[in-house]
Amino acid sequence: MGIRFILMVNKQGQTRLAQYYEWLTLEERRALEGEIVRKCLARNDQQCSFVEHRNYKIVYRRYASLFFMVGVDDDENELAILEFIHLLVETMDKHFGNVCELDIMFHLEKAHFMLEEMVMNGCIVETSKANILSPIQLMDKAH
Amino acid sequence: MNPFSSSTRLRDMIRSIRACKTAAEERGVVRKECADIRASINENDPHDRHRNLAKLMFIHMLGYPTHFGQMECLKLIASPGFPEKRIGYLGLMLLLDERQEVLMLVTNSLKQYPLLFLVTLHRFLFSHGLCLDSCSMLVVKDRTFAFGIHCYGLALCALGNICSAEMARDLAPEVERLIQFRDPNIRKKAALCSTRIVRKVPDLAENFINAASSLLKEKHHGVLITGVQLCYELCTINDEALEFFRKKCTEGLIKTLRDITNSAYQPEYDVAGITDPFLHIRLLKVLRVLGHGDANASDLMTDILAQVATKTESNKNAGNAILYECVETIMAIEDTSSLRVLAINILGRFLSNRDNNIRYVALNMLMKAIAFDDQAVQRHRVTILECVKDPDASIRKRALELVSLLVNENNVKQLTKELIDYLEISDEDFKEDLSAKICSIVEKFSPEKIWYIDQMLKVLSEAGKFVKDDVWHALIVVISNASELHGYTVRALYKAVLTYSEQETLVRVAIWCIGEYGDLLVNNVGMLGIEDPITVTECDAVDVVEDAITRHNSDMTTKAMALVALLKLSSRFPSISERIKDVILKQKGSLLLEMQQRAIEFNSIVERHKNIRSSLVERMPVLDEATFNVRRAGSLPASVSTMAKPSVSIPNGVSAAPLVDLLDLGSDDILAAPSSSSGADFLQDLLSVDLGSSSAQSGATPAPKAGTDLLLDILSIGTPSPAQNSTSAIDLLSTADMNNNSSTALDTLSSSAPPHIATTASAGGMFDLLDGLSPSPSKEATNGPAYPPIVAYESSSLKIDFTFSKPTGNPQTTNVEATFINLSPNTFTDFVFQAAVPKFLQLHLDPASSNTLPASGGNITQNLRVANSQHGKKSLVMRMRIGYKVNGKDVLEEGQINNFPPGL
Repeated sequence: MGIRFILMVNKQGQTRLAQYYEWLTLEERRALEGEIVRKCLARNDQQCSFVEHRNYKIVYRRYASLFFMVGVDDDENELAILEFIHLLVETMDKHFGNVCELDIMFHLEKAHFMLEEMVMNGCIVETSKANILSPIQLMDKAH
Repeated sequence: MNPFSSSTRLRDMIRSIRACKTAAEERGVVRKECADIRASINENDPHDRHRNLAKLMFIHMLGYPTHFGQMECLKLIASPGFPEKRIGYLGLMLLLDERQEVLMLVTNSLKQYPLLFLVTLHRFLFSHGLCLDSCSMLVVKDRTFAFGIHCYGLALCALGNICSAEMARDLAPEVERLIQFRDPNIRKKAALCSTRIVRKVPDLAENFINAASSLLKEKHHGVLITGVQLCYELCTINDEALEFFRKKCTEGLIKTLRDITNSAYQPEYDVAGITDPFLHIRLLKVLRVLGHGDANASDLMTDILAQVATKTESNKNAGNAILYECVETIMAIEDTSSLRVLAINILGRFLSNRDNNIRYVALNMLMKAIAFDDQAVQRHRVTILECVKDPDASIRKRALELVSLLVNENNVKQLTKELIDYLEISDEDFKEDLSAKICSIVEKFSPEKIWYIDQMLKVLSEAGKFVKDDVWHALIVVISNASELHGYTVRALYKAVLTYSEQETLVRVAIWCIGEYGDLLVNNVGMLGIEDPITVTECDAVDVVEDAITRHNSDMTTKAMALVALLKLSSRFPSISERIKDVILKQKGSLLLEMQQRAIEFNSIVERHKNIRSSLVERMPVLDEATFNVRRAGSLPASVSTMAKPSVSIPNGVSAAPLVDLLDLGSDDILAAPSSSSGADFLQDLLSVDLGSSSAQSGATPAPKAGTDLLLDILSIGTPSPAQNSTSAIDLLSTADMNNNSSTALDTLSSSAPPHIATTASAGGMFDLLDGLSPSPSKEATNGPAYPPIVAYESSSLKIDFTFSKPTGNPQTTNVEATFINLSPNTFTDFVFQAAVPKFLQLHLDPASSNTLPASGGNITQNLRVANSQHGKKSLVMRMRIGYKVNGKDVLEEGQINNFPPGL
């Protein structure tokens, strides 16, 4: 099924967005997020963007103060996920204009809407930024 | 928004949470917010719902429980406005899961509302004669319909993310119909929704085959990528589907891939000059499934794969992602060797790339490549070994996995050397993984024992504290089996432990070996050519053990092993047994009851029972490798704890327990502690061994069967070695016996004691017996009446000479020195001499000087002591049995000795 979860975490290790595509209890989520954040944040820029944790592979990428982490199955193409993260960031940039941590915090639902258009059930649905953003723009116009 | 609502705005809540300095503060804010939201939910004001849910999503993201908001999601979904529905569905996906009962309600609302939308939408479109081409057109024409379509999309999305098996069954027909829907946004979501449905209910797969194949002809990327995904999913769960797609769609998919590879610049989907790498990757993935195991399909795709592999730009991440996927597909489909060369070359390029991400995926892929082209991967061995030393933990881990796959008989020495060299300088947290891998490599491919022992010693020295129990247990088993290396090993361990005394497992192995082979350590026995001679005094050896037992951070197992080693050394090094006794005695104050008790018992053995000590602490019989391996395999899944487990088959190597059990018997009695039932049984068994052997027939044959088993259990030895058991059994009794001729208890026992008397007498009687031992009677005779030596036995291959002496003041006892001479041109190994005497005699056998008889005149000696209770009335008589191996074949010789000189 590919993508198991998508996390956005700030430099301090606080979760700013979490979307899981498989069911985990609240406790499991907290534990998992804690472990992953500790592992990823300890790594430096020269090290590769992949971390193996439990039975997941975490593909992460840092944009300014925000870490984007995607947990995938073992047989997923890591480089493609890296590209996907970039696409996600570009899409958010296009909407928010140079997205930052606060944009995601204060517009959590919008960030989720974008994600929802891009990923469904752990698979990529749409890769065109215009298509991803059109429902959100539609909603903004309605307001 | 209700201006009179007491609750704060979403923004304010987020601000106040951000302002929290501590986790406790944050919990406080969240608790207050949650209370407000509950109150607001109870008021049931529809205007607050949107905001409440938005807050709950934030709170949920922070990791707090939000179950009380679930019904609000449904209410929002049911409300007429689009923004409300939107957030309602989002809340549904985030806050709910398929296990919750609320979901039953969701099924119904999902079914009703989107269907209503669909119906109204269709009616409207038909009545206006409109053709629905794309969502964007709709936006222009009428916003309401666009919302309608998006609502549909939302419902599908929610369904695709959270639907359960029941929901999947219920809604499958709707979803299948929606795959044919006009709007691509609906089609793509319906397609992905179907992947969830078929995964939940694989029986439904057939229903989706046709729909999926129609999606593969799409032009819209979103629909195409989801269609390919659905097709991939169907192929993996349903063989019919796989066949169908292979026959009907392979060429179409190849064409699609070719089109997209060659397509002109499309700004919407362009990533670094490549059109939609995500679609590329999906297509390559599905081709992999179709080509796997089917030569025809594989043939069809050869060209396009070659094209992708050669033409794709490899200077950007997107291109590399495609190449990576392409390599994987090439390796999975049926053999097309030219393509594979191409694939391996790409991996080689990846491996030498400076980007760590690329190197990581290269290592990942080489692990798969090794299955079909070991040689090609071996060529990169040096580079891969370099990756093991990379500062990046992810790369190290991958490389290490790969190296362990690369190892074979030819390169094991070189690779192990590299890895061990690196072990010395690697990070502490990597040592555990690394040492485990080295150990498994060494165990698997070791060409010879001495090399194995050397490498393991190095690993234990560098990373002893990370080594798992079963690994050092295995090492001890191997050492035990390599009799010619005992001296070498114990000396090497001694040297190592002086430098690396903080490595717990190294210390344990060293202690065990020093205990067993301490005499070889001080005497430099069995020097190999490669060794530098060292001078180790008996004191030095004891220092090491004492150091281990007194070290504050040694754990229980180590201390127990050290204690046993000390007991063994007290017999090996009689000259310093006083000092050893002092060390043992210090453990009397140990906080561990077990240690305390053993210390007292061992002390008593050292101090008062010198004559039985040597036989009590004989060298361990060779540990059986096969049994150990079976047990190890069986116990592997259980995590290996540091505490000793009796189930592991290295007797006193693992813990003091087994040996202690053996000794338990004597010591319990000495202390007059309440004799445990097992102790009594054991004693009885010992006695019955003796009684059985009085038939003058056998030292160890049928009679003492039960005893043997029990002894075996106690010793936890894999292979029965009857001689050993009966000997020690006889030892115990006869020693006691000969020293206590006057003892009434013994008289009863030795003359005609039936087993039940032995049982009743066991605790008390034995106590008496052993108590009588304390004044040491073991002064050997220097001058007694001389008795002529005899030839006790002679066959074509073996001659046994007996010479006699008597200790002063004890005419009943005779010391016999037996000399075994090999008359044959072959070496005898595993030589065992057993003897049995009638009831009126008591026999004690010391260990033989060796168990190997060199060819042609080689000889060994063994001391026997015989006590004759009918001294002066009856003369000695003995039956004996000799077992040994010639060229691996067992030989058994038996005989009776009647020609003892009179007067013994």
